[in-house]
Amino acid sequence: MTVHFKQDEPDNSNRLDRMKQGVLGKPLPRIEGLAKVTGTAPYAAEYPIENCTEGVLVTATITRGEVTSIDHESVLTMPGVIAVVDNEKLCTRAAQGTANEAPMQGPKQVCYWGQPIALVVAETFEQARDAAKHLKVDYREEEGAPIDPGAVEPEEQEDETVHQGDLAHAMADAAHSVDVTYTTRGHASAAMEPHAAIAQWDGDKLTVYAALQMLNYNITELADALDMEEENIRLISRFVGGGFGSKLGISEEVVAAALAAKQIGRPVRVVQSRQQVFQTVMRRSETTQRLRLAADENGKLTGFGHEALVSNLPGEDFAEPVLQSSHFLYDGENRELMLKVARIHRMTAGSVRAPGEAVGMPALEGAMDVLAEKAGLDPVELRLRNIPEKDPEEDLPFSSHKLAECLKQGAEAFGWDKGPRKPRQRREGEWWIGTGMASAARVHNIAEAKARVTLKADGTALVETDMTDIGTGTYTILAQIVGEMLGLDPERVLVELGDTRHPRGPGSGGSWGAASIGSAVYVACKAIREELAAKTGTSEEELELREGEAGTGEALTDLLEGEDLAREGHYEPGDIEDDYTASGFGAFFAEVRVNHYTGETRVDRMLGAFGFGRVLNAKTARSQCIGGITWSIGVALTEALEFDPRDGHLVNCDLAEYHVPVHRDVPDLEVVLVEERDGAASPIQAKGIGELGMCGGAAAIANAIYNACGARIYDYPMTPDRVLEAMPE
Amino acid sequence: MRPFQYTRAPSLTEASNLTAGEDALAIAGGTNLLDLMKLQVETPGQLADINRLGFADIEATDDGGLRLGALATNTDTAVHPRVRSDYPVLSRAILAGATQQLRNKATNGGNLCQRTRCFYFTNIDQPCNKREPGSGCGAIDGIAKLHAILGTSNQCIATYPGDMAVALSALGAAVEISGEKGERSVPVRDFHLLPGDTPWIENVLEAGEIITGIVLPAPVGGTQIYRKVRERSSYAFALVSVAAIIELADGKFSRADLAFGGLAHKPWFDPRIGECLLGQPPSAALFEKAADILLEDARGYGENDFKIPLTRRTLHAVLAQVTGDAA
Repeated sequence: MTVHFKQDEPDNSNRLDRMKQGVLGKPLPRIEGLAKVTGTAPYAAEYPIENCTEGVLVTATITRGEVTSIDHESVLTMPGVIAVVDNEKLCTRAAQGTANEAPMQGPKQVCYWGQPIALVVAETFEQARDAAKHLKVDYREEEGAPIDPGAVEPEEQEDETVHQGDLAHAMADAAHSVDVTYTTRGHASAAMEPHAAIAQWDGDKLTVYAALQMLNYNITELADALDMEEENIRLISRFVGGGFGSKLGISEEVVAAALAAKQIGRPVRVVQSRQQVFQTVMRRSETTQRLRLAADENGKLTGFGHEALVSNLPGEDFAEPVLQSSHFLYDGENRELMLKVARIHRMTAGSVRAPGEAVGMPALEGAMDVLAEKAGLDPVELRLRNIPEKDPEEDLPFSSHKLAECLKQGAEAFGWDKGPRKPRQRREGEWWIGTGMASAARVHNIAEAKARVTLKADGTALVETDMTDIGTGTYTILAQIVGEMLGLDPERVLVELGDTRHPRGPGSGGSWGAASIGSAVYVACKAIREELAAKTGTSEEELELREGEAGTGEALTDLLEGEDLAREGHYEPGDIEDDYTASGFGAFFAEVRVNHYTGETRVDRMLGAFGFGRVLNAKTARSQCIGGITWSIGVALTEALEFDPRDGHLVNCDLAEYHVPVHRDVPDLEVVLVEERDGAASPIQAKGIGELGMCGGAAAIANAIYNACGARIYDYPMTPDRVLEAMPE
Repeated sequence: MRPFQYTRAPSLTEASNLTAGEDALAIAGGTNLLDLMKLQVETPGQLADINRLGFADIEATDDGGLRLGALATNTDTAVHPRVRSDYPVLSRAILAGATQQLRNKATNGGNLCQRTRCFYFTNIDQPCNKREPGSGCGAIDGIAKLHAILGTSNQCIATYPGDMAVALSALGAAVEISGEKGERSVPVRDFHLLPGDTPWIENVLEAGEIITGIVLPAPVGGTQIYRKVRERSSYAFALVSVAAIIELADGKFSRADLAFGGLAHKPWFDPRIGECLLGQPPSAALFEKAADILLEDARGYGENDFKIPLTRRTLHAVLAQVTGDAA
């Protein structure tokens, strides 16, 4: 039985706070943690499938043009080689997140260097890999494909454009103004688990084990790519070794494995090499961003301008949503916002770790630091003076707003010295030392979700949904929600995820997973509680459940009388999405040291204070924040995709040369959870966490670099060469 | 798969015979070779496993120096009490490279022979004169941030990526080599070669020659520093590195052995730098003069232009650190 709840109104009933089990929000360790660290949690490529063959993708070595011929015979005589698959249904790009349709297909047309054009299948992986390197491919190359985003006329994304008032006038009249241009480089998701799929056919039924974040969309994408009915497809993705956006949509190996398995009549496994994952899945676009801030003599913003240039391949809808939080974060009645996309022939740009704010906020918050200096204001104070009462563009109330609290509590916990600041005040040996801060903001997303909860006759519970856990703690928080609602120790709750046989969840992405699927589980539990209340002769509101017993003293097992009690919860966000501007907010504080001689920057300590609604598990929430802050260290100091200026190929395509922060780059990170209840965000009053932790953090580091050594840098990442160039003598 | 013959060499003579062929390579730790084989950058037909040949010991030499077996791991070498006490620059250099897991597996001989991490060398679908003579250099006019500024040629601007050899160069160590023609000893400073017109020839090893050990001279004392400048604080190759053994007597440099990494196709040792410093009291002007000598012929390739001022500043930092910020 399905219970549908469409949320049109905020739910401020705080029901979860009045449950009796007392387990929600507790810092429980992850349920699947032991299985993962002992190697017993199977990832996509690890399922033992009988008679399985191995496929390796062949990728293009031209930037743009046509594959004129593929000489199958060139490899079919090699040992172990079974087939070459160059079916027109092969995908040449990964699907964008929530695309819900097949990504670009047709491997004959080449749009970027490294694009998959065929799959070679062999008995062993080594045979397939060698054959893939020897496959003879002829091309007709189209010269002159643009690969430099600055060299083409960009397209305006009109739905992002805001012209409000007269910014030029406000800038001219401003007591203090800032007009600066920041750049950020491309980023990779750099998940540990490479993209992988095993496809197996049974008649016209297809099962695919894959590394995916959003099975509810992925099944539609795969069905569309293969021209099949969804009911004939089963996708399994129980454990995912990190996604960070790169596994939102299906990518090339999923469709290739399915087509190959059909062609040869045996199961096929396709694991992308590390280099292929870097070069064929998704990049975050580089950005160029102009920030204009106009303020009166008190530092109150009168004008706000943010224009950004990003890039993508022709035919892609996705444009890095750089301005996402700029629309509402600060006041300023005269506003000018614009996003443009340059069509170039580098690999696909798509969602990578907090698309939008991950790069938009570091630019905006860098510019705010410049303004604070010009206005002679403490940077915390400048931000406090510019928190809007309501969304400055949409005339909507905020669902909740904890920026001021985060700024204050963060400053207090960090030991922030209030007042105007001057650079180059502290030096220890070779090192300049300084501090910086920035606001955090990340839009709150929520999605439709379904989950089945079964209270078993034996007093245990089962949760089933195709929702994924990409390492964030979904298994654990769902057990906690059920435990809280039904009065069970979470150890008595079995959670089954990542299988499209189960009701459709929202998928993991955009930080919406916990709030969305948590709400579906909440709706299901509430329906079960109603049944139990009826059995005990009380109301659902008054029903108390704890440790497998009702408040009236009856054991759940007695109430159930040998019958399982199952409900499918169907949560759907309704008017709340349109009636409120919802966002997570926070504040970052960083202390860094910059080497006077070498320009090397090291983060000595960093703190983030975040408000994102209800905390479902203090440990996994904190871990998400720590992960986010770590990403922001990467954005600030080390991460940059390098593209060859001639053929546009991604050059630094492994974890040795694409520099995510290493342990030594990450100091002790402090997280302050500023708890709140946001009933307009979701029925469980929670908002997204995962991405907020990186949205702005890079600017706290950049601003600290300036405070330390006087180098004001407008280009991320702030590598030693850039620091030295900007360092005053 | 790409078939190759794997043979466990039972003796040094046999290892020499096995690796004398044109497409034969020796394998020890394999931390670099196996990666390159997976990418088909290296495609040996014959692999001679030399791990069972012994020479993994670290032992004193008659003149008070230390002999590092070629098959001793980087980890065992870095933590060896005598290396730590008498040759700290070597210990520090090794620990500045790679990761603990890689160092546990990597051997001293293999470390000397590791190949460049140039992006165009490791991608077989891109031009590289080192990998495929005559195909061109992708890095010139390409992505060259990590590339060389000294001793380059129009054929190749790759760097030698290692740290250990930079310290060995400063220490004046020698490489012991065994081959069909017998044994020979080559100073580390002469072991690696500049690219010239033959960038695929990276060191003096001839076909069939095996490194058996590295001999460190008797300890020289002094202050020993290994300074590695990099974009993240571990598991990154040097933008520039400096191995320095410095001593002052009566306020003047009495020893100044310096070698540099990240600048060239080999660890860079320029005897003129020591000559410039010896007998002189430390001063900012002197450090600048040393840097002028070092960088006299330096040439940037756009993206790596910054290495020229960075090297100057890093040399300055190292000398200032040893001489107590005299400048």
